Amino acid sequence: MIAMIKRYEGLWLFVHSPAAIIAALFALLSVLGAVFAPLIASANPYDLASFSLMDGLLPPSWADGGTPRFILGTDDQGRDMVSSILYGARLSLIIGVSAMAIASILGVGLGLAAGYYGGRFDMIVMRIADIQLALPAILTALLIDGIARGLLPTDLQQDIRVVVLTLAIALSLWVNFARTARASTFVQMQKEYVQAAMIMGQRPSRVMFVHILPNILGPLLVIMTVDLASAILLEATLSFLGIGLPADSPSLGTLIRIGMQFMLSGEWWILWIPTVFLVVLVVSINILGDFLRDVFNPRLR
Amino acid sequence: MAYFILKRLVQSIFVMMAVAFLAFSLFRFVGDPITQMTGVETSVADQERLRQELGLNDPFVLQFARFTRDMLQGDFGYSYRTRQPVGEMIATRIPATLELGIVALLISLLVGIPTGVFTALRPQGFATQTILLTTLVGVSIPTFVIGILLIFLFGVQLGWLPTFGRGGTIHLGAWESSLFTINGLRALLLPAITLGVYQLTLTMRLVRAEMMEVLRSDYIRFGMARGVPMHRLYFKHALANTMVPVITIIGLQFGGVIAFSIVTESVFQWPGMGLLFLESIRFVDIPVMGVYLVVIAFFFVLVNLIVDLLYVAIDPRLRVNGTS
Repeated sequence: MIAMIKRYEGLWLFVHSPAAIIAALFALLSVLGAVFAPLIASANPYDLASFSLMDGLLPPSWADGGTPRFILGTDDQGRDMVSSILYGARLSLIIGVSAMAIASILGVGLGLAAGYYGGRFDMIVMRIADIQLALPAILTALLIDGIARGLLPTDLQQDIRVVVLTLAIALSLWVNFARTARASTFVQMQKEYVQAAMIMGQRPSRVMFVHILPNILGPLLVIMTVDLASAILLEATLSFLGIGLPADSPSLGTLIRIGMQFMLSGEWWILWIPTVFLVVLVVSINILGDFLRDVFNPRLR
Repeated sequence: MAYFILKRLVQSIFVMMAVAFLAFSLFRFVGDPITQMTGVETSVADQERLRQELGLNDPFVLQFARFTRDMLQGDFGYSYRTRQPVGEMIATRIPATLELGIVALLISLLVGIPTGVFTALRPQGFATQTILLTTLVGVSIPTFVIGILLIFLFGVQLGWLPTFGRGGTIHLGAWESSLFTINGLRALLLPAITLGVYQLTLTMRLVRAEMMEVLRSDYIRFGMARGVPMHRLYFKHALANTMVPVITIIGLQFGGVIAFSIVTESVFQWPGMGLLFLESIRFVDIPVMGVYLVVIAFFFVLVNLIVDLLYVAIDPRLRVNGTS
């Protein structure tokens, strides 16, 4: 019953928050565009046959010299910017969502167990979390990436770049989940339903995942949204630094790095269109995160 | 009091040992130092002899002890990539990064604390709402995009400020500083703002939250009831009590400043430690990566020690019972 009221209350708040609606719409459109990129995009940036050097450096269609064929213009290779962004967003979102998913499974699992068992296990997990918290996420991700470069054979590296990058991001973001899950689990452990379930002799895993987990989902959902934004930013930053994805499989960060070369020569669209898209995407996700926080934490309203 | 400091010192030593261990493991297990040092033409027997000579077959603990001893004596080994001593490579780059980081932190505090206080005192005002919205956008803009924006605006469009390098530097002993020449300061401005913006939003939000919390407390209400002038209440009593968490955050932010200096240095081609670290990752230059970690950890521990001492100076309660 309470859950239902909460759900409708959330809906009510959502309908009355224009910022959240716009943000949700943009995020939804980006996700749809990314998922259906192969169907929507006129060219495939990975496929050399689908674009031609002859179309290089065309400005967006509304600017002087633009053609309606390339709404947002083309880069120096003649790649259509719309297609590049759709495919770039696809890659960024795939990496961001999977990194966030891995981080949440790892973090929530460890946090739940730490809160449930307490004692020595809790202490070890939280110590590791503390150490990692002192290391900023980007440093952790860079380090993991550097170690992977040293450990893996060179020819293998290109193929599993995406996997390495995803894991590096996931391993630098799990701490938030672990701390939130642990704190919420502590609160739930005091409640009677958990004690009842334990007295009934249910297995710890069942108590944790069937009874406690659904009751701590609210704050975790907020962390998931915020961390999705962080994961996308982290990927973009690493790719921008040239540590992330190579230029032949451009994510949003790689597109911006490529665009930097055109900052001085007047082809502003190659730099600014992916940049603006990335920022608007991340801002939208953060606004949604803020909105969810308000819904789940009425004290702040 | 002395016990408190001693406890923190012991903790710091443990942290340093842990980081040194991490750096050593990196060095020992990621890639083989022998293949890095020798060419393809070196025979297996020669490689084995070198391995024996360098003590790489010794027990792990012994190797780690030797590694720690060398580090303490200032011998950080040689880079795989440039063959230069790592200690020198990093030492020449420390001033650039520290100056950048400190100026960025200063910007974040000098702007962040006043705006935080302002937005806490007028929570419903139009200016406050605008500032809060701006910071939300500011948090969402990645550091490198802020850098690009500033370069584009002030470097390319307006042509006011240089967009790469350190400008004119002067030598103060071994310290190469860009704080004392006009050129150097001009070159420092854009990178420092880029690095400071994110920290600024954090500082502002924290000061605001703390200040609002304090303003709700009983002693402020009592002060109001007693007729203490509002500005005295705000800027003496309330502000002093928000400073403890703010100082904690400065300690934590230092880590963030160092980490994001990697990004900022890359955007502005600022010749600091971060740029060196990036290059070392690209070329899997393990010794440089390891030493960078140790140096960063050292500064981090140092800053946090100072922060702990500042607590004692600021919060009289800590002086009374000494522990906590």
